[in-house]
Amino acid sequence: MLGKLDWSAIPFDQPIPLVAGAVVLVAILCVLAWVVVKGHLPYLWREWITSVDHKRIGVMYILLASVMLLRGGSDAVMMRIQQAVAYQSQGYLPPEHYNQIFSAHGTIMIFFVAMPFVIGLMNLIVPLQLGVRDVAFPTLNSVGFWLTATGALLVNVSLVVGEFARTGWLAFPPLSELSYSPGVGVDYYAWSLQISGVGTLVAGINLVTTVLKLRTRGMNYLRMPMFCWTTLASNLLIVAAFPILTATLAMLLLDRYLGFHFFTNEAGGNVMMFMNLIWAWGHPEVYILVLPAFGIFSEVVSTFSGKALFGYRSMVLATMAICVISFMVWLHHFFTMGAGPDVNAIFGIASMIIAVPTGVKIYNWLFTMYGGRIRFATPMLWSVGFMVTFIIGGLTGVLVAVPPADFMLHNSMFLVAHFHNVIIGGVLFGAFAGFEYWFPKAFGFRLDERWGKAAFWFTFLGFYVTFMPLYIVGMLGMTRRMQHYDVAAWRPWMIIAAFGMAVLTIGVICQIMQLVVSIRDREALRDRTGDPWDGRSLEWATWSPPPVFNFAFNPDVRGEDAYWEMKAHARQQSFAHEEREYEDIEMPRNSPTGFVCAFFATIMGFALIWHIWWMVILGGIGAFATFVVFAWRDHDEYVIPAEEVARIDRVNIEERRSLVSMAGSV
Amino acid sequence: MNLLDPQGPVAAANSTILVDSVFIMLVIVVPTIFAILAFAFWFRASNPKARYQPEFVYSGRVEMVVWSIPALTVILLGGVAWIGSHQLDPAAPVPGTGSPVRIHAVSLDWKWLFIYPDQRIATVNTLTVPAGAELNFQLTSSSVMNTFFIPQLGSMIYTMNGMVTKLNLRADNEGKLQGMSAHFSGDGFPDMMFDVNVISPLAFPEWVAATAKTDAVLNADSYKRLMQQGIEKGRPVYRLDDPQLFDLISTLHIPPGPGPELASEAGRSHSGGHDAR
Repeated sequence: MLGKLDWSAIPFDQPIPLVAGAVVLVAILCVLAWVVVKGHLPYLWREWITSVDHKRIGVMYILLASVMLLRGGSDAVMMRIQQAVAYQSQGYLPPEHYNQIFSAHGTIMIFFVAMPFVIGLMNLIVPLQLGVRDVAFPTLNSVGFWLTATGALLVNVSLVVGEFARTGWLAFPPLSELSYSPGVGVDYYAWSLQISGVGTLVAGINLVTTVLKLRTRGMNYLRMPMFCWTTLASNLLIVAAFPILTATLAMLLLDRYLGFHFFTNEAGGNVMMFMNLIWAWGHPEVYILVLPAFGIFSEVVSTFSGKALFGYRSMVLATMAICVISFMVWLHHFFTMGAGPDVNAIFGIASMIIAVPTGVKIYNWLFTMYGGRIRFATPMLWSVGFMVTFIIGGLTGVLVAVPPADFMLHNSMFLVAHFHNVIIGGVLFGAFAGFEYWFPKAFGFRLDERWGKAAFWFTFLGFYVTFMPLYIVGMLGMTRRMQHYDVAAWRPWMIIAAFGMAVLTIGVICQIMQLVVSIRDREALRDRTGDPWDGRSLEWATWSPPPVFNFAFNPDVRGEDAYWEMKAHARQQSFAHEEREYEDIEMPRNSPTGFVCAFFATIMGFALIWHIWWMVILGGIGAFATFVVFAWRDHDEYVIPAEEVARIDRVNIEERRSLVSMAGSV
Repeated sequence: MNLLDPQGPVAAANSTILVDSVFIMLVIVVPTIFAILAFAFWFRASNPKARYQPEFVYSGRVEMVVWSIPALTVILLGGVAWIGSHQLDPAAPVPGTGSPVRIHAVSLDWKWLFIYPDQRIATVNTLTVPAGAELNFQLTSSSVMNTFFIPQLGSMIYTMNGMVTKLNLRADNEGKLQGMSAHFSGDGFPDMMFDVNVISPLAFPEWVAATAKTDAVLNADSYKRLMQQGIEKGRPVYRLDDPQLFDLISTLHIPPGPGPELASEAGRSHSGGHDAR
């Protein structure tokens, strides 16, 4: 009846996951109860859960990423404490628990923090920057988000029902095969990623189409803001790379469920094939994450320097070069597998070549600052912090691309320090910069600068205190994923790293405090202009938060930095505003398709993990039926009448006029 | 285990390349970081002396330079990588004094088995080698993937079931080193550290002779017991019964080591036997 599921699945003997699970469950139930009692449920359902508005979906992606950041961060804290105490002892985490934690940490941070964070920012901002009213496939967009949430949910369910993978975040066979991992951990891992992988692919298709097909009048490719370019590159990579992940995990699942032999030891299975396939996805994946961050930094550095981006075309070229070359370097993840010197050298050199366009980007940001008038608001602090940190990460990255150096550093703590250096210093700093920068656009009020700056400094310094010791301990020969160790020389560095983790935690607390304080003071922080940073691209041309239709009129773009030009133009014309004819606007209807689909996907995923076959069929039929119902819909759009558009727009124009005239009189 | 304290030619060459590469890059990286901080500080909005040049958004010369700097660095480092990859190919010979010592290394769950086919002995979790001689490793795994790594001797390499990888090393100085698995392999992974005793070439035959006197014999049967999942706290040594044992393992004539379920079943029947007695 319930497949492999019985009471032994719940780890009653392990207090940590049980208590953590209980606390989370209680928190969720409290929030739910509050929502129901206060009568917010209809609002949530109508305005958020069934929303197909790209801005709302973007915000929900970022919310998911933030919550998961806390989960992945708790894992990180536990690992740092374990490695600080587990010298000549077992520490406080037994191997079967510790191994789950580092596997979950990696999986969550990449798939359910970094990915939704950047996809959320792209969703939120790219249509606004392109000057359009929505993305290409609004309902599909909602499906993509909810499937990602399903994956995140399943990973967290594994905390209390069963176990998570104990194989590392890429679940290398043969360790992840049934014979060496008979539990449900790898199944949780694989099905979570299969389901959320579909969501990511859908999001990628949607954003590629949006950038290619939906741009406002005059928005040529070479007038698109840099963030749109990096979005295009990143989503092209998603569309090309995620099917590889899906296929690879499908093969692993066939091995585990139906006794196939793709990657088994016996019957001609080949683990080296898995290594190649997973990294053929895995390496583009890091660029999927970091390219949008590069886009964010381009916007932020340019805006806060009061200058257009230096060498825009060069940046476009560099972005697309990275997009292409990132598919040609995967082998550098396993130089030590015994490939010949020619193969190793060629992939080593190809990996270094990526450093060229990346270096160009750094220099172009540098020269964007040159001759600028730099305002050090929080987003700019994150950007300068990024540039310094990312160069160090780039250095160590090129170092491990040199095969003989990698023969010493492969899989070491040095490598761990390197990829945290580029992922925290690049992707996370970028996500935070984007969060601070675009928060006023999404919610209509700015974030508190004092808490924001405190968050930056604690995170920045905490990063160095945590990860510089890992570089050193890697040079002392320490390899990754050690649940305990007996080498005295490693100990002091692990203690320093644990201390750094505490500093990083303070950074996270500041980040939360910033949000709390800003919501409290939202009236004082209100952004009435829609353009709090003196921005340059079209997202600042509409007000904050933008109306559901984004723009009352599709903007006309006459050059790079479209809104900057408009502002310059308007200043010359002293705001001579010609009265224009408002038109009806058609917008897509909200749809519960995404949520319902994900509901059935969750059931199906859970049932697949536990071999509850009737429930698998139920979930599968439910998800397909949802799709059929959606496909047979009659009305997919509704009309916002011209008078309503005019009314909303005029209020905003009045507000802006009064602000401008006030500024003029001062 | 300091990587910058090499005890053999391979590690010395690896770490030289490592250090050289870092310095080549630092030549670029340090001025760039300095420039970032300097530009950010000087062009701050509150500095009246900084000249605002909003039109400075393109310069062919600057573009030329910023593409050239990383490109030249990479060309230089690419050369290092190409030459280094060929000279330090793990399978390349590392000439030494005296005759090379052949060692067959097998990663088990979760211990290392070192077979000396010419000496007809085998050891677990301890590797004894003569200083100065070329060490020819052939490596495989009894079950999951591991990585054989002695940091101070250099170059690590994967061990994979059903496959043989090759690695040549040399230890130059007598002393005690440590080796490890550098690829996560399951619950007992951290206990896969092993001792490396580098002894004088004269003492090596004596050690071999002393070891060969042991009563424990390694053959297919005792190997199958050894490959059960578990941590080996001791340092057992064996007389090697069959010099072809490694080939039997690497060609899957001896099936891969069992995973946890089978191992625990075996354990249960074992303890059941105890109860019966």
